Amino acid sequence: MIDDLSLRWKIPLRVMAAVLGTALAVTVAMIARERNELRQSLTSHAMSLGRVMANTLVAPVLHDDLWRAFEILQSGRETSPAAPELQAEVMLVVDRQARVFAASRPRDFPVGLDLARRKDAYGLLPEQMKGIEAREQRVFEPEHSPLFFVISPLVADAVPLGYVVLGYSKAAFGPRFVNLVMNSAVVTLLVLLVILPISWYFARKTGEPLLALSEAMRQVPGELGTARLPELPSSRDEIGQLGDAFRRMVGELREKQELEEQMIASQRLAAVGRLSAGIAHEINNPLGGMLTAITTYRRHGNGDPLALETFSLLERGLDQIRNTVAALLVETKAKDRAFAPTDIDDLLILVDAEASARAVTLSVGGRLESPLPLPATLLRQIVLNLLLNAVAAADHGGKVRIGMEAKDDMLRLSVCNDGAHIPDEQMAHLFEPFASGREKGHGLGLWVVYQIVKQLNGGLTVDSEPGNTTFRIEIPYGQA
Amino acid sequence: MKGTDEPLEKLSRRRWIKAAGMVGLCALTGGSRLARAAPERLRIGLTPVFLDDQVSFLERWRLWFERRLGQPVSFVQRGNYREVVDLVRQGKIDFAWVCGYPYVRYRREMRLVAVPLWRGKPLYQSYLIVPADDRRSKSLLDLRGEVFAYSDPDSNSGYLYPQYVLAQAGENAASFFSRSFYTWGHRKVVEAVSVGLAAGGAVDGYVWEVLNETAPELTRGTRVMARSPLLGHPPFVARQDMPQAGYEHFRRALMGMASDAEGASLLGSLRLEGFTDASPGLYDGIARMVSRVSRA
Repeated sequence: MIDDLSLRWKIPLRVMAAVLGTALAVTVAMIARERNELRQSLTSHAMSLGRVMANTLVAPVLHDDLWRAFEILQSGRETSPAAPELQAEVMLVVDRQARVFAASRPRDFPVGLDLARRKDAYGLLPEQMKGIEAREQRVFEPEHSPLFFVISPLVADAVPLGYVVLGYSKAAFGPRFVNLVMNSAVVTLLVLLVILPISWYFARKTGEPLLALSEAMRQVPGELGTARLPELPSSRDEIGQLGDAFRRMVGELREKQELEEQMIASQRLAAVGRLSAGIAHEINNPLGGMLTAITTYRRHGNGDPLALETFSLLERGLDQIRNTVAALLVETKAKDRAFAPTDIDDLLILVDAEASARAVTLSVGGRLESPLPLPATLLRQIVLNLLLNAVAAADHGGKVRIGMEAKDDMLRLSVCNDGAHIPDEQMAHLFEPFASGREKGHGLGLWVVYQIVKQLNGGLTVDSEPGNTTFRIEIPYGQA
Repeated sequence: MKGTDEPLEKLSRRRWIKAAGMVGLCALTGGSRLARAAPERLRIGLTPVFLDDQVSFLERWRLWFERRLGQPVSFVQRGNYREVVDLVRQGKIDFAWVCGYPYVRYRREMRLVAVPLWRGKPLYQSYLIVPADDRRSKSLLDLRGEVFAYSDPDSNSGYLYPQYVLAQAGENAASFFSRSFYTWGHRKVVEAVSVGLAAGGAVDGYVWEVLNETAPELTRGTRVMARSPLLGHPPFVARQDMPQAGYEHFRRALMGMASDAEGASLLGSLRLEGFTDASPGLYDGIARMVSRVSRA
């Protein structure tokens, strides 16, 4: 039950329990000490009162002045009402034979009463009085009695005359003790009132990083993308280290996930590529035959105008099929010239008309120093497709920029525009044939780019965010 | 020569006494400038009856005396009757409020001045009291072997009367009680009996009645078991050699006490109606008890 409780509550509750336990223990210790002191102060008060009484009562006892002795006992009863436990329950003056000379409660202890005849705790007093030295006092606590006694000898000129007995009720101790407990409880409560909220606050604060970590872990791997990593603890303690480790783990998981997605995309593209190539071959063979048949008929037919018109129609349709199939089948030509810096200039001129029509500004970053050992025709097609796409995607009056760099046997090209970004759902199928969202074009531009880059062992990435969409291409050269 | 020396000495001493008496007389009539500058202080003894501890009352009474007598007045208080009585007998105080018993014993050494009027008469009684829970005892003789509280060995009501009762019954007062003690004040006898320290006590009936009115919580614990016959109330007395003028001056002041407002208020506190002339015959009853007790 407790084990299943959230740390959000468990840590503060345990801290509270520790604080309360400590407070309780301290209070109990304090009360125990106070009780002891109370008892000691009561005893010492009783003993000093006993001494004073014994000294004062010598004269009345010597002079047999019963009333004076009684008055002295009465005055001994007048104690502060704030400390009722200091009030003696009974005060007796007895002679050497333990017979009552005077008592503060004369009805219960009439003059002349022999204490030894009492059946209660008082009956034990004569035994206790034996052997008390002149200067000695004795505290006597009979078992099973609600009273305890302080016995002080009455001595005149080293001759014992009798004893003064002060009897105190242990029960009178009760209210003062209750008072003590109440006071301690109030103080403890006040202290707790201050300490508990502070402890609660710090306990909550201690638990928070753990809770953040656990919350973040709960999002993995399902919601990897939205995991709230910034909220993780960043301290240098163990929890901070845990947070760091978790951050690294999530990073690696994300990379792995991206890698998997890329792999799936490229596998799909490869499959589509194989399929389309197969279909293209299958189509090309009969297509070639049909086109040859049409040419043969034109050359050797009887010139029937209706037939000629029909064949023209067929030829245009077949041509369109052939173009489409040719576009699907991107093949590296065996022989091609190297890609030269002038090719870029040509391409810019080619695109310029389209750009001007949309008032798009073209800019170039970097340049190529020398021809590269890469097939010029294919590269021209890549760059042209990307530039045309960029110009089409840019806003009216927008900007398109092409960057290039050839270094360390690697050609790096980038084309960016400031138009609307590519939505996520489109991004997944961006390079597939006929995936274009646009009405213009046949939807094979990026497919062709992708096929060429793949055939040249290059890589292609797209970053698209509002106002900036960039295609980056890396193609190695030189090794071939 | 030696024969004539003695009478001369005696003569000169007699003359000196005469002269001193004249100075005293002058002081009382206000004829001497010297005496007016330092008027003689009057000393009045009070016995620890029940007003012993009423300091504020006594101060009011003292100031009243000073105004009325036109001279400084001191009250002299002592712990028991005997000391006050002795001071009067020795002429060390001028007046004293004493009990009828010492007056009867030393009537040749003091002069009666006035006696208070209580309930219209210069008389009072001695009360024999027992704790309120003692419903059984009817007379002092029922308290045989008990503890008994007397107020003062020189008190009529608080000592002489119970002694007289025992003597009349043929008992030996010294062995009749198992234990007896003095409280040196009537009020304290009431306390001692009320708390049960004593099984019985003898107390001034006037004091008991006044306490019954002003401090009923004290008398509530006691029951009046027996009352003495009416006896002469404790009188004010003067030292035997008190000059007549001073004696009269003081007597008139006491007699007129009821007729001025402050005096009447003081008497009200004492629950007395006033003071009246007293004749020695008022104390014959006490005198009879004294002679009976001393014979026993």
